Amino acid sequence: MSKTKLALKTFDVESIRKDFPILKRRIFGKPLVYLDNSATAQKPQVVIDAMTDYYTNYNANVHRGIHKLSEEATHAYEEAHEKVAKFINGSFEEIIFTKGTTESLNLVAYSLGKALKPGDEVVITEMEHHSNIVPWQQVCKEKGAALKFIGIAEDGKLDWNSINSQITKKTKIVSLTHVSNVLGTINPIKEIGKVAHENNAIFIVDAAQSVPRMRVDVKDLDADFLAFSGHKMYGPTGIGVLYGKKNILQDMSPFLYGGDMIKEVKFHESRWNDLPWKFEAGTPNIEQGIGLGVAIDYINSIGIENIEEHERELTKHAMKVLEEVPLVTIYGPDAESRSSVVAFNFDNVHAHDVATILDREGIAVRAGHHCAMPLMSVLNIIASVRASFAIYNTKEEIDKLAASLATVRKVFKL
Amino acid sequence: MTEFKQPTVEEDVAGLDMIYREHILDHYKNPRNHGNIEHPDISFHDNNPLCGDEIKIEVKLDAQTHISDVKFTGRGCAISQCAASMLTEELKDKTLEEAKKITNQDIIGMLAIPISPVRMKCAILSLKVLEAGIYEYENKQKLQKVRITDS
Ligand SMILES: Cc1ncc(COP(=O)(O)O)c(C=O)c1O
Repeated sequence: MSKTKLALKTFDVESIRKDFPILKRRIFGKPLVYLDNSATAQKPQVVIDAMTDYYTNYNANVHRGIHKLSEEATHAYEEAHEKVAKFINGSFEEIIFTKGTTESLNLVAYSLGKALKPGDEVVITEMEHHSNIVPWQQVCKEKGAALKFIGIAEDGKLDWNSINSQITKKTKIVSLTHVSNVLGTINPIKEIGKVAHENNAIFIVDAAQSVPRMRVDVKDLDADFLAFSGHKMYGPTGIGVLYGKKNILQDMSPFLYGGDMIKEVKFHESRWNDLPWKFEAGTPNIEQGIGLGVAIDYINSIGIENIEEHERELTKHAMKVLEEVPLVTIYGPDAESRSSVVAFNFDNVHAHDVATILDREGIAVRAGHHCAMPLMSVLNIIASVRASFAIYNTKEEIDKLAASLATVRKVFKL
Repeated sequence: MTEFKQPTVEEDVAGLDMIYREHILDHYKNPRNHGNIEHPDISFHDNNPLCGDEIKIEVKLDAQTHISDVKFTGRGCAISQCAASMLTEELKDKTLEEAKKITNQDIIGMLAIPISPVRMKCAILSLKVLEAGIYEYENKQKLQKVRITDS
């Protein structure tokens, strides 16, 4: 990974903001301050236009027609796979489009889960999103396998002792998040992947929160599978990616059956299509796929390293100003070890009420358990407020967030 | 074509700062009937998956029909906790039949603040818990009757 900054474009947040039409919106008469980027990111005009263009000019099903429109649609849809492949350093055949991270993780869990036996173990962590917990709970239950958890240390990072004790020769699958969507912790997944592979386990990465904001290279990480969502990286909803190593995908059975994923169907048996189509049954989300490709072009035009740097500055700033707000408790590691997520609580005020009051100031944050209820129980809370940043956010917006927290005190008379 | 229209400031602001009114904060900070009942007849707990609000309601009955005591515990936002506190006040000295007649709209009426669709779940959580608790209790009673008549 090169640390030198790519001089693609000098990072000018004001000009970037102009690319996102929604940022012109006013909420309760105030300019929108969108700090809910971990839930979903806003879309630049180029992505919106690409999808309209598809419907306006070349809407057709893919892989099913020899007419001009179908040819154009197929080309654009396949090209999007190529763009994703290049973006994460995989190959075209290794990129499966799904509806999102959740479906990607379910796909692996069901397909790999078939081979689990009683006594086998699956290892995940205490900081997973529900989408990387529940599928494993279900397949483990069905197969009599055990689900084990890597614990979290005081500092909000994974506990190394726990990593070494939980991953053993019995472990068949290790699946964990690259970046926590609550604590922001950037996990040492490359090192954990090594431990997994030393024990002959399959290594799966939930990269929903990392791919939008840092260089993710599947070869460097040596991930067997890696999942992420288009909508968190400035692309549309309804599209996501499952990367899988070619040799594993070749041997793996499909998850969904139907059209497009077959080469030949006889009355009683079928032969599967080539990769990646073997795993994309039915008419796919064509315009979302195309939109995701354009979102990647957009990220590339700014430079992922520049995005990472900008968000790191925002995060450092947020940690600094929020720490100074009285009655606020911040969860997770120091600014150096986290990506652009800051979850916090206000003493004696529920996260939901904080979010309602911030909303009145035009500030959109998430409040709740962030689809990580087991993690909430580890932190001994039921909910938290979460501010998360993206390329178009500014330090001024974070200052507004901090200032608006004073209103919470006023309203609750604290 | 349904085109998005930016709401005017007036539309947005209408009924706005009316949420955290004095009585809401009062019930939130000094919840009534907060705590547990020993050997309750009805006890039910549920949570709101959206934001993690939790409510447990316990009820003591006289002669199986009359609410003699009710208490709640819980964690959550001002709206959910306040609604629970107000609901328990409302329940004192009611019969189960009367309690079953309380509606979502009654809760909104008690809160007397504008409730947005998202906050609706918070507002009615305690009523849902109560309803589920009564349902469970009545089913148990029915089963017992069946057992008694069987033997
Ligand atoms: C870490 C993590 N994993 C998985 C998901 C699920 O993504 P999606 O809802 O797009 O399937 C999310 C986002 O909600 C997430 O933050």
